[in-house]
Amino acid sequence: MRIVVRHRTVYNYDHAIRYSTQYLRLTPRSNPSQRIIRWNVEGQGRLTSWTDGFGNHTHTLVCDEIVTQIAVSANGIVETSDLNGVLPDEGILPIKVFLRPTPLTTADAEIREFVAPFQEQARTNPLEVAHSLSQLLIERIVYTEGSTHVQSTAAEVLKYGRGVCQDMAHLFITCLRALGMPALYISGYLYTGDEEKPQVASHAWAAVWIEGLGWVSFDLANKTCGTERHIGLAMGLDYASSAPLRGVREGGSETEVMDVQVMVTQAGYAQ
Amino acid sequence: MTYPDGSPRPAYSHISDWLKWSTLDRLRQRGAEAEVLFRRLGITFVVYGDDGGTERLIPFDVIPRVFSAGEWGRLSEGSTQRVRALNMFLHDLYHDQEVLKAGIVPEDVILANAQYQPQMQGFNVPGGIYTHIAGIDIVRCAENEFYVLEDNLRSPSGVAYMLENRQVMMRLFPELFSEMRIAPVDRYPDILLKTLRGVAPGGAQDPTVVLLTPGSYNSAYYEHAFLADEMGIELVEGADLFVADNSVFMRTTEGPRRVDVIYRRIDDDFIDPLAFRQDSTLGVPGLLSVYRSGRVTIANAMGTGVADDKSVYPYVPALVKFYLGEEPILANVPTYVLREKDDLAYTLEHLDELVVKEVHGSGGYGMLVGPASSKAQIEAFRHKIIANPSNYIAQPTLALSTCPTLVEQGIAPRHVDLRPYVLSGEETIVMPGGLTRVALVEGSLVVNSSQGGGTKDTWILEE
Repeated sequence: MRIVVRHRTVYNYDHAIRYSTQYLRLTPRSNPSQRIIRWNVEGQGRLTSWTDGFGNHTHTLVCDEIVTQIAVSANGIVETSDLNGVLPDEGILPIKVFLRPTPLTTADAEIREFVAPFQEQARTNPLEVAHSLSQLLIERIVYTEGSTHVQSTAAEVLKYGRGVCQDMAHLFITCLRALGMPALYISGYLYTGDEEKPQVASHAWAAVWIEGLGWVSFDLANKTCGTERHIGLAMGLDYASSAPLRGVREGGSETEVMDVQVMVTQAGYAQ
Repeated sequence: MTYPDGSPRPAYSHISDWLKWSTLDRLRQRGAEAEVLFRRLGITFVVYGDDGGTERLIPFDVIPRVFSAGEWGRLSEGSTQRVRALNMFLHDLYHDQEVLKAGIVPEDVILANAQYQPQMQGFNVPGGIYTHIAGIDIVRCAENEFYVLEDNLRSPSGVAYMLENRQVMMRLFPELFSEMRIAPVDRYPDILLKTLRGVAPGGAQDPTVVLLTPGSYNSAYYEHAFLADEMGIELVEGADLFVADNSVFMRTTEGPRRVDVIYRRIDDDFIDPLAFRQDSTLGVPGLLSVYRSGRVTIANAMGTGVADDKSVYPYVPALVKFYLGEEPILANVPTYVLREKDDLAYTLEHLDELVVKEVHGSGGYGMLVGPASSKAQIEAFRHKIIANPSNYIAQPTLALSTCPTLVEQGIAPRHVDLRPYVLSGEETIVMPGGLTRVALVEGSLVVNSSQGGGTKDTWILEE
């Protein structure tokens, strides 16, 4: 599937800011399920590119002019293919690194109790466990737009039973790691529409390592595995290490207004 | 200081005579003068755990600790060997991980360790050096028996005491310095600066080095200011630096100035809020990107904490053999690794004889000194161990060497340890001296300044 992405983020500030720095993880990774045909990241300020420890293509954006608005955009075309949600490991980090907890993905007593019934099976049939867990969480966590803030922890998500895609990914990862199953967080885009009405979204999902198979992705928010409609931008231990945009600024008001538009369209359908 | 029969070791013969001729009153008077000098220098230390963190002077003892050239030769070679191996270990961990594949260190000890830094993976640090400044804590248990207690590879502190203790001693006892041939330590700041300049990213002709401090609330702030001053470099806080055009700049009155090397005294977690702790206001946003692009050197490198973690310590002698193919010159203290069943069982049986340490702790916090603890303290600690055995290691209580020390009752033996400083850059250099810490309480084995320890000047006799 050939997908055209137009992604624009605009930060508006009540008061002028003097300096801001951002890490932009807005370039799709190259892997067997996605090939970049063309890609371009732009931002207001000066951009330099580098690769982080997880192998994510990252840009550093520095804006040192006095502004009340900063716009960032990522545009391009990606060719995706459906590999049933399974990807090989890229060998960048040892797989067992993805067992470590982070502040957003630390299992508390409630999570440990929640996964306890799977302890045994996690060793004998981990794939089955991943499917069962994902099913359980889909039933238990109500997808609620705006119900959480970016920094909700996995423990909070289970406790309150509500969340968005990122929260569901965090909780799923935390459960898997608590069972000794390596799991990673993926941020990216999802194409949900059709040629009539191209639907668009920034999205997040998770993948679990299954020995002999690979990284198997699970998109709990959409009750699916990774498909040709998913474009992966960055992967990491959690949102904090793979956020598409992460920045700090000097000056400006306390409330920053962020305006995100993502347009993902399927190229070629119109012809 | 003495042989078992009471006669002084050769290194101490002069000091022994000197002590015989000095009256207690005179020594006490010198001790008081030393305190005045330290107060005037403003050298203080913040003790955590007290209410609000009180700032106080570390007690200084005027009786020096002395090593012969021969004794020092071994310590210095042993420390160098250890630091070389640990540096190679870090390079390996952040590249091919041969050491894990060979089974020398268990995988999860590294990969599950919070100090292992995925952001360092696959990145070549300038000059291949991770541990530019290392402090190796060494204890002595018999004439030829030295053990490494721990390695300090993050941002070891205490070197300001080494330098100031010497300055004070030279003022108080100039006659001893003319009578004895004592190796100087005052070149440390020059050698440190040379080391740091030598690891600047390729091509920097006249590199700019800065010292990055978390600020005046940090326990070692005095040392940060002192070292920056001695080296003639800028002492900066995170807010004084910024990232632009894939470089790090320092704000100066004459405009931005590019920085090549950052001698950082702040922890990994706080160094870049875009990569690590988002709430950190101490770091430099964007620093990781410049670092990974090879356009600034950070000393010590990020992620060095994984190599000095107490869970890794038991494997260091094996690392020396693995990387250098040499026998370790300095031994480890025999260590029980409580993640191992047998070691755990033994330790729980012998808590009253052992020292038990948290694997991720430092500074003498969170440890049990069995022989010095009450039954209730031991039982409380037993529960902590059973709840999470892999969080602990245990070691026998060592018969630490003592050094004559001026205390209330007169001159009495007190237990000491030693921290030599090893600088690694284009070459590896051990300063002939170090920080001797002394447990001032009779019989105590805990020398940490946070736990009531003091310091002494350390003299290396030249041949």
